[in-house]
Amino acid sequence: MANAARIFIQIVKRDLRVASRQRSDLLNPLIFLLIVVSLFPLGVGPGPDILARIAPGVIWVSALLSAMLGLERMFRDDFRDGALEQMMLLPVSLEVSVLAKIAVHWVMTAVPILFIAPLLALLLNLPTTAWGVLWVTLLLGTPVISAAGAIGVALTVSLNKGGALLSLLLLPLLIPLLIFATAAVEAAVSGLSATGPLALMGAFLVITITLAPFAVKAGLRVSVN
Amino acid sequence: MATATPETSVSSILLAATALSSIRGERTLFADLSMTVRAGEVWQIEGPNGAGKSSLLRILTGLLPAQAGTVHFQGESITQCRDEYHQSLLFIGHKSGVKPELTAIENLEFYAAVQGQPLVEPPYELLANVGLVGLEDIPAQGLSAGQQRRIALARLWLTQAPLWILDEPFTALDVAGIALLEARFAEHVGQGGAIILTSHQPVNAEKFPLQRIALRYQH
Repeated sequence: MANAARIFIQIVKRDLRVASRQRSDLLNPLIFLLIVVSLFPLGVGPGPDILARIAPGVIWVSALLSAMLGLERMFRDDFRDGALEQMMLLPVSLEVSVLAKIAVHWVMTAVPILFIAPLLALLLNLPTTAWGVLWVTLLLGTPVISAAGAIGVALTVSLNKGGALLSLLLLPLLIPLLIFATAAVEAAVSGLSATGPLALMGAFLVITITLAPFAVKAGLRVSVN
Repeated sequence: MATATPETSVSSILLAATALSSIRGERTLFADLSMTVRAGEVWQIEGPNGAGKSSLLRILTGLLPAQAGTVHFQGESITQCRDEYHQSLLFIGHKSGVKPELTAIENLEFYAAVQGQPLVEPPYELLANVGLVGLEDIPAQGLSAGQQRRIALARLWLTQAPLWILDEPFTALDVAGIALLEARFAEHVGQGGAIILTSHQPVNAEKFPLQRIALRYQH
């Protein structure tokens, strides 16, 4: 157990260090998200009513797409330089290392989104009463993207052009997440309780975080050989 | 004292592979391969490109499943005692496992810490020994192939694992590097460790006993 905790911390430490030296890789998806969201007022017209109506969907779809951009990084570099092989030979269950990778990915990609979420809401004229719920949907939903994404990356990491395939694999799987996230924000906009959809998102979160490491492990075993 | 009883010779067996077969695609790389690696032995796996040397090493580490056969570490199947086995194993493969964004010291610190022997202070002496002194603050991507290889191989001086499995350890090393590595091999074997390696270069067998397995390219 002490072994697992130590290795978890070491992997988190190393990966944060590596990520801090590849800042453009981290900034690009975030800038992409900002640009896509700011294109909508230009595309559909600046009418505040229309924007407020489509805001939950636009923010969530853009967040999903921008997540696809950076997802591949999770195991691709490690696969190329051999660190993935070494990770599989650590004296600890592979699930622990996988969980560390997912945690780092979430911190580096989703936490910035949580910070700029109010800006996105402002750009699309989302009523301020729904800002809190939007933020909670992102808080609950982004770890699901990281964890489910890790399964897709594990399966496609050894393919040369896995990027497009990865989106094709993952986006359909994330549809339920999108539906309940936008339902929660729309409920908040119309003054209804968002507890139901948020509770379901919490359930998604628990299920993916607990089960994804096992699926990722199986995927990596297939990819690395 | 000098005569080893059968019992002690059994307990000194580190790794035993029994009737291994590997099939990649349509081609059988090797079939019914058995080897027994005892403490104090160096095994060199020889063969032309594509004969299955790397596959054999990866099967021995547990990274690749064999189509048939078993690998036992100290009498226990490596699928059963995976964590203990990996604690006692150092594998350096074709890809070095060195993160190009990190410096030599950061890379070595990580591997020392995950193996449970964290470095108390930066290993300057070791870096000097392996010819990386003065380069410790440069991310590995700024170094040459041989220097990156030296970072990976520096792990051999930090580890306490008894079994080393090394895929082409001499690649990209200069003559001095090779001599250094052979001296370290001799030291490790003298302390009761064992090494399995592949190499296209002839290994200097004066300093330690060398066993050879030859794989043939099978069509």
